[in-house]
Amino acid sequence: MSAAPQKAKAGAEKMDVTVSAVVPLNDLVTRFEFQRPNGERFPPFSAGAHTVVTMDDNGRTRLNPYSLMSDPADASTYAISVRRDDEGRGGSLFMHRNVKVGDAMTITYPVNLFSLDLRAKKHVFLAGGIGITPFMAMIAQLERFNGNWELHYSVRSAALGTYVEQLTSKYSNKVHIYYDDQKQGIDLEALLDGQPLGTNAYVCGPKGMIDWVHATASAAGWPDANVHSEEFTAPQPGKPFEVRLCKSNKTITVGENESLLEAMEREGVDAPFLCRGGACGQCETGVVNADGEFLHRDHWLDADEHASGEKIMPCVSRFVGTSLEIDR
Amino acid sequence: MTIQFNKETFRDDYSFKNSDWAIERFPFPFHEDSYMYSVNMEQHRGGPEGSVYEKRFDVDEHYVSEMEDRAMVLADDPLRCQSLPHMTLAGWDLLELIMVSKSEDYPDLFELHRDGDTWRWVNKPMGIDDTFTFMDETTLPYGPMEYITRQTQGDFCVLDQRDENLWMDAGMITTQADWSLDFDIGMNFFEWHAPVPKAHEMGIFQRALKFLLNIPQGAPARRLNWTMTVNPLLDTSPENYHKWGIQKTTLTPENIGAKQHLRVELQSFFRLPRSNALVFPIRCYLIAFQDIVKSPKWGRRLHRVIRDLPEELATYKGFIDNRPMMLDYLNQFDDGLPTSPGVFPENETEPPLQK
Amino acid sequence: MSKFRFPESIKSRPVYGTLEPRPGKYHLMIADAEGAEAILDLAGQDADLMAKTHIIYIPKYTDFGDKLKALNPAQYYEGPTYAASVQRIQRVLQDAHMGTQVYLTGTEGLMGQAQNECMQAGIPHTAIQTEHRGSVVRRMQCVHCKGITEDVATDPYVCSHCGLNLFVRDHYSRRLAAFQGVCIDAEDPGNVPEQAELYS
Repeated sequence: MSAAPQKAKAGAEKMDVTVSAVVPLNDLVTRFEFQRPNGERFPPFSAGAHTVVTMDDNGRTRLNPYSLMSDPADASTYAISVRRDDEGRGGSLFMHRNVKVGDAMTITYPVNLFSLDLRAKKHVFLAGGIGITPFMAMIAQLERFNGNWELHYSVRSAALGTYVEQLTSKYSNKVHIYYDDQKQGIDLEALLDGQPLGTNAYVCGPKGMIDWVHATASAAGWPDANVHSEEFTAPQPGKPFEVRLCKSNKTITVGENESLLEAMEREGVDAPFLCRGGACGQCETGVVNADGEFLHRDHWLDADEHASGEKIMPCVSRFVGTSLEIDR
Repeated sequence: MTIQFNKETFRDDYSFKNSDWAIERFPFPFHEDSYMYSVNMEQHRGGPEGSVYEKRFDVDEHYVSEMEDRAMVLADDPLRCQSLPHMTLAGWDLLELIMVSKSEDYPDLFELHRDGDTWRWVNKPMGIDDTFTFMDETTLPYGPMEYITRQTQGDFCVLDQRDENLWMDAGMITTQADWSLDFDIGMNFFEWHAPVPKAHEMGIFQRALKFLLNIPQGAPARRLNWTMTVNPLLDTSPENYHKWGIQKTTLTPENIGAKQHLRVELQSFFRLPRSNALVFPIRCYLIAFQDIVKSPKWGRRLHRVIRDLPEELATYKGFIDNRPMMLDYLNQFDDGLPTSPGVFPENETEPPLQK
Repeated sequence: MSKFRFPESIKSRPVYGTLEPRPGKYHLMIADAEGAEAILDLAGQDADLMAKTHIIYIPKYTDFGDKLKALNPAQYYEGPTYAASVQRIQRVLQDAHMGTQVYLTGTEGLMGQAQNECMQAGIPHTAIQTEHRGSVVRRMQCVHCKGITEDVATDPYVCSHCGLNLFVRDHYSRRLAAFQGVCIDAEDPGNVPEQAELYS
């Protein structure tokens, strides 16, 4: 159109960082802090944002999104907290085992798919396990602006209660902790009942918890628009499948423990993406031909689009069948 | 860089004029000999040196006079600048974006000195030297969005991002092509575009919205839009339409070259960091027909685009009644020769007019 | 039956639905004139609804009051005009909690204004149910003087504040609860088409 049109690079803008601290918090969770070279400031961000961390795991590139848990107003440091998942695909294990203070890493500018509704009269946070991370940043942001919030945080046990000590000592009247090992559960119906009009609820945790909050709120007459959730959907593994990439003129095989997006990247195809979690729509890909069944695991396409078989979200979805040709 | 700022008016006596420099760098929007809507987005990361695409917020010879015109519009009608309460944070994001960009891109004209939250902003062309506390509205004469957009060319829509949509929740709108901020504030992307014919059925807005929702920090985008205005009138608002509408009827074959203006909007889209909002600057450039046709390629192309434009679009863009007269004029500058693709005038290589 | 079939229009033009019972602790129903009929229909769909319902009703020229009272809502108010009931609506919303369902029915002007009060109180407009019944007159805002002219039934119409002749647009602002009126004879002063009934 106008001037030197520039093709957008896949993913968000990246920046170089150095690991400035590695802080094990308990048996499962470690915090990683980053600083920029030459003391450069980090870009400010909106609480709820995440960054995608590039990991070079023995020649294999992994890209994992992690919520930024640091205070958005702190321009000197970005911090994430990673829960070690021994059964996972390896990203968290890489972080826990390989990353040391002083390491150079690459992370993206923040991307926010889980933002605060700044019009809300009150914010109710519901965290399960490592889902506490985005709320750490949200609490810091709201405290700065005298926002009205409360946190309900479910943890497995005191020993695995990441940041429980920090939160309860600083905000004793706004933070409520529920210990699984003491059979304490969030009394959600009671909690939702009687909240003032204009209250927004935010839930981050396992899929079951998220579904439960949405369903309970809906049954209590809460508008869908007032309930926000973020789920860290790591691409689920599945049977390997073959895909023909029409534009790149290649046929590739998607392995059991990698997503279609990762397989394309491994094969040197520059496929667009942003969140890598099935939520933002950026990786949407046209299906040229398919003989089989799609395993749609995204939150982007609607039911009709899922049924049509004309589109797929390579970052999280898979395919089972005889043949698949896509427009990449 | 040194820019000679014009002393000119965009109303009453219309002393506005484009220098040769301004004409040569004008953002001509047509890359081919016909026009239809498209999601014509590209990255907003520089452009040819000296072009309007090069800097994040282009400053040209009309800067000072445009800001004076804006001040007059606002004195007359304060409702042209509004910000819903939750958008103040986005206003600060915008203030930072513009101050940082302009002080870096035009160091001879603008300076930004930051010491923690104490900021000093120097705007030499406008004679401003203000020290204030970032994030504290009480230390500025206006809210942050109003403060900085009173010093920046173009309109600004600040869009809240919620519920998979964009909401026009704040704006400074004084150079618009006929829409009302006061009316549209609070609407979402599809609603404020509701009056545009054809585009909704074409799926233009659905695709555009998906793109915009995913614009990340540090990767702004841009596109061009266009319409027609009689006289170099910046304030073609619906609010004042009952006063300026009549000007459309004052065209004659003798004055059309000087009075009929192509009005191009260079629109850009930046993600704002603290609020996660999206700012949508709409920068208006005006050029008289007689200046466009100085470039043979532009003259040929403009005639063909206007001639073949669907009636619905010419009606929506407000020039259906004047189209016959425009074509009579432009026809003189169309010798039927082919034109090269792309928007630039290519005056060295395009054949001169053969008529 | 007082339902009007609105012709398909642009994306900013509100589209109304049919009221249905939704889960919630408290149900607020605001209606004018024939909107009462939609409430009667709604009550018929769920026998338990009325025990938790507050009806605010402006009869205008109709007389459905007795029928609505007979539904035995938890609270019932009948007011002479919408304007007179605004403070009550605001007070009720002030104390309302999450889990409040709102049902608006009657003229576009009533629904738009009541919707606005609810939005100010923190209820997203997408959660508010609306059903049109009765008159199709419009609330119009003159884009020039910003004055609102109520009960506009013709196109064009005369602004009741500044006197300009305005044509009726379908472009609608939720915030103002009004459609937009724009000067019709700016380019040819005095040339004002004859007033035609809306939707004719």
